[in-house]
Formats: sequence, structure tokens, C-alpha cells
Amino acid sequence: MAKARTSFVRSGLIHAALISYTLIALFPVFLTLVNSFKSRNSIFRDPMAIPTPSTFDLVGYQTVLAQGDFFGYFQNSLIVTVLSIALVLLFGAMAAFALSEYRFRGNLLMGLYLALGIMIPIRLGTVAILQGMVAAGLVNTLTALVLVYTAQGLPLAIFILSEFMRTVSDDLKNAGRIDGLSEYAIFFRLVLPLVRPAMATVAVFTMIPIWNDLWFPLILAPGEETKTVTLGAQMFIGQFVTNWNAVLSALSLAILPVLVLYVIFSRQLIRGITSGAVK
Amino acid sequence: MGSLKLTSITKAFGNHEVLKGIDLAVEDGEFVIFVGPSGCGKSTLLRVIAGLEDASSGSVQIDGEEVATVPPAKRGIAMVFQSYALYPHLTVKDNMGLGLKQAGTAKDEIETRVGEASRMLSLGPYLARRPAELSGGQRQRVAIGRAIVREPKLFLFDEPLSNLDAALRVQTRLEIARLHKQLKATMIYVTHDQVEAMTLADKIVVLNAGAIEQIGSPMELYNKPANTFVAGFIGSPQMNFIEAGRLGDTQTKTIGIRPEHIGLSRESGDWKAKVVHAEHLGADTILYLESEATGLLTVRLFGEHRYAADDIVFATPDKSRLHRFGADDRAIA
Repeated sequence: MAKARTSFVRSGLIHAALISYTLIALFPVFLTLVNSFKSRNSIFRDPMAIPTPSTFDLVGYQTVLAQGDFFGYFQNSLIVTVLSIALVLLFGAMAAFALSEYRFRGNLLMGLYLALGIMIPIRLGTVAILQGMVAAGLVNTLTALVLVYTAQGLPLAIFILSEFMRTVSDDLKNAGRIDGLSEYAIFFRLVLPLVRPAMATVAVFTMIPIWNDLWFPLILAPGEETKTVTLGAQMFIGQFVTNWNAVLSALSLAILPVLVLYVIFSRQLIRGITSGAVK
Repeated sequence: MGSLKLTSITKAFGNHEVLKGIDLAVEDGEFVIFVGPSGCGKSTLLRVIAGLEDASSGSVQIDGEEVATVPPAKRGIAMVFQSYALYPHLTVKDNMGLGLKQAGTAKDEIETRVGEASRMLSLGPYLARRPAELSGGQRQRVAIGRAIVREPKLFLFDEPLSNLDAALRVQTRLEIARLHKQLKATMIYVTHDQVEAMTLADKIVVLNAGAIEQIGSPMELYNKPANTFVAGFIGSPQMNFIEAGRLGDTQTKTIGIRPEHIGLSRESGDWKAKVVHAEHLGADTILYLESEATGLLTVRLFGEHRYAADDIVFATPDKSRLHRFGADDRAIA
């Protein structure tokens, strides 16, 4: 019986730790969601309270949908995020395949060089990036954002994916070569399906910072046509007056698409793990 | 069709020389086995033949045609891998047909060839399954089937039985032997297991440290090993090596005698010895002896014998079966 009790205590402690971490992590989301459904006065009177019939108010959502082109902002965010993820995964996987599969002079140096971006924040180069975008005439375009985010996401993608690709059996790739598959076919049809869990991980890691980024949209694409959701929500934050209802509603709405993308990728992740490997 | 000629093949990874000038000719229809300890270069040699690795120098000719610039898929070869290397996302049927499909073979032709191969390997019921739904033995049969459908000039096997358990290994070994007879194809087979080598091969190539030690039929290698390495590698339990000086032979450095060529008696014989350990296998009895004359000695007796540890026995070698090796470890005729 003693044994059962200790394991109960131990698992209880583990659960307590996990639950408290979950609460801490979810608290800001909870606060945002709850207050987005309340009237302005009740937000300030009691920010923790759950909306009651007397305090319930959709004014925030009404403002968001009425003012500015919020669907446009969503569309911009989605385009930028999805395109960036796609490019990061494509180029990252290709570079990782080359680094892990082929022996060539400077392989290790190249790998280190490509991973350097993990340690050096891309924002250090903001001025140069802005100058470059101005020179290329890409300011106030979504292209500018996609390019920057692709560059930002590649180092980590290459680092993670090349480690995973080293674990794909050489025999499998060689069997493909003997069966007459081209290197591209080996990459797309044999290797990529096997590293799908890693791809999903990379996609999630790439997606969140891009969706939430305020810095580059503000600097490279602040125009009305190219505003992203995060930037769009900023118009309710003023120097003296902030429309909290609208800000919180905009942020609540912004959570939804990320949630959908996350669910898609995490399902991929699980399917990848269970799909039966080489042996 | 299906001959192979290797001329002074070398292969180096950086400064590390893996193959040091390999010359070999394989006739059409031969079953040739590369055998040697791990790291001897046998798998690298197979990869060079397949075109998966480029040789640093030397030439590979298949059917008299230089293939240095020919990609693996066009060399007319098929390969079976140790880890099966089946495509996990394709069914058994598509796994076998992929090579032909890539080569642009007509659909009904693929169908007939896959059907034939699956009949040969009794894979019929599994054609619609994926590799994950098959057992190890079935997967290796699919891999062999994938090789058969290509109707290659050369079959290359890279330790195909190493991942199978003992019973399946024997069964698949028989299957490969039967296929060789049936297809009359040239087969090159890499293994570190000398039993596989002895049972399957027409011709064994013993490799060590990137060089060929000896080429010959199984019985040639068993009866006339060219040097101490081959003598020690072929045959199980290993040949006994005795310093020639201990036996009063000054012409040679080492004398070898196989465990099965030593007779044993409790009364009299050449070498008095004490039994250190006895292994009773039923069909064989293997005894490890400690003798003042020869040092440690392994003796293999056929059938059951009632020797036990600490018994005193007398060992007598079959004089006609002694192998003599000189100072350079080569056999003295």
C-alpha cells in the first residue's frame, strides 16, 4: 500500500505542477477573451470577472468589424504566414537534405553558416533590410514580409531538419537510386514523408513568431493595404486613449486562425509518428 | 549475359583507404560471395559495383562494358539491402513495380512480372499490403521480389539475412539458393557470416582490410587456405594455430589444424592435455583443451562423447590435414 501512496503523491505533484503551468500559460488568453466580451466600464471595474448579462457587451467586436478593413488584415496575415511557412519548409528541407546527404567540401562550414541565424536576431539588420526593400521597391508589399520571414525561419528549420534527415536510412535512398528515382524524387517521395513530424514541428515554431510579429509589418509594410492583424490592432492603441474593447476583440479574433493552423500541423505530427518507418 | 570485371579498384574516404586495388572477374551465372570481418570494405565494394559510390580509381565492367559514368538505375543491376529498404508509403505491389515504372515499362508487362515474382516468392496474398503490415521475413522477400522483377544482369545482396532471426535466416537462405538455380542469374552477395558464404557460394572472395586475401570455391578455401587469415576465418570453430617451434618444426612459423581433424583418446596419443571446458551440442561435442605441448586447443568430435572438464585426454592430429604457414603467414605447399 505504501508503494501505491507514494506513486499517488508523486503523480499528484506532477499534475499540480503541470496544471499550474497550464493556468499561468492560459491566463493572458483567458483575460483577453473574457474582457473582449465586456463593456468598457466593467473591464476597468473588475478585469477578472466573467461577463454577466449586465456587463456583457459586443461593442469591441462591433468596433473592430466596423472600423478599418479587418478581413483584409486577416487575409494579409494569413497570406504572409502561409507563404512564409511554405517557403521555409521547402528551402529549409532542401538545404537540410543537401547538407545531410551529400559529401562536399565545406559541408560542415556551410551547415554552421546556415545555422548562424539562430543565434543572431534578424532585427539587428532592420535598417539594412529596410534600405534594401526601398531600393528594390518592395516597401508596403506583402512580398517584403514573406522574404524577411522566410530568411528568419530558415536557420532553425535547416538545423532541425538536417538532424532528422540524417536518421533516414541510406539504404532506402539507395534503393530509390537503383530503381531510377531522380534525386528530386528521392527527396520529395521518400525523404519528406519520413521527416513529416519534424516538418510539423518546424512549421509550428515558424508560424507563431510570424503571426504575432509587429516589428516588420510596422517598418516594412505599414500601409492600409498591407496591414497585418497585429498591426491592425495597434490602431486602437493611442498615446492617450486606448480602446481596450477593440484591442481585446481584435486579439481574440487573431487567435482563431493560429489555432486552426496549429491543429492541422499537430495532427500531421501524430500521423507522421504512427506511419510506420523503414523497419 | 551478366559477367562482371573489376580492375584495380581503389576507394579512399579522405586519407582512409578502404579498398586497395581489387581485381576480380565474375562469370555469367556465378554466385559469388564477398566475406570478411566488419570494416573490410566488402559493402563498399558492392556499392562501387552498384554505382552508389564512385571508385577512386580502377574500372568496373558489366558485360564487358565500362560503367563508370552509368547511373545505378541503368547498370542493369538490382540490389537487396540489409534493412530491406522498402518504400513505406507504397504497397507491396507498387514497391516491386516502381523500378519498372520509372524505366517506362508498359503497365501489363509490369503486372505480369510482378505477378510472376510474387508467385515465385509466394507473396500473392500480401500484394495490397504496406511494408509496415508485414513481418521481417516477408519484407525481405518483397525486397528480393523487387530485385527479381527488374530482370537484372547482376543481383547484388548486401547482408540480406542479417536482420532475420535464425530460423528465418535458414529458410530465406534456401530460398535464395533456389532462386539462383531457377533464374540462372549472376549474383554477388556480401556477408560476414561464413556459414552463409560456405552454403551459397560457387566462389568465395575473402576480403580483409580492403584487399582480397583469397578467391576460391568453398572447399578450396576450407582445404587449402592461402594464409592464416583465411584459415582462421573459414571454418567454425576456428582452426587451431600452433607455434611451429613448440612442435620442433623449424621450417615454418605456424602450424594449423582444424578442430575436426584431431582425434581424442583417454589412453594414448601425441599431446597430453586437460579438458578445460566441454560443449555438448548433440551432433557435435566441442572440447577446449589445455596442453603443455601446444597451448590451448579446440577439438570437435562428431556425436556424443562423455568428456567433462578436468579430464585428462590425449589428442592426435590427422597428419595429412596439417596446414603449414611461413614467416609471412602464407601457406607453404
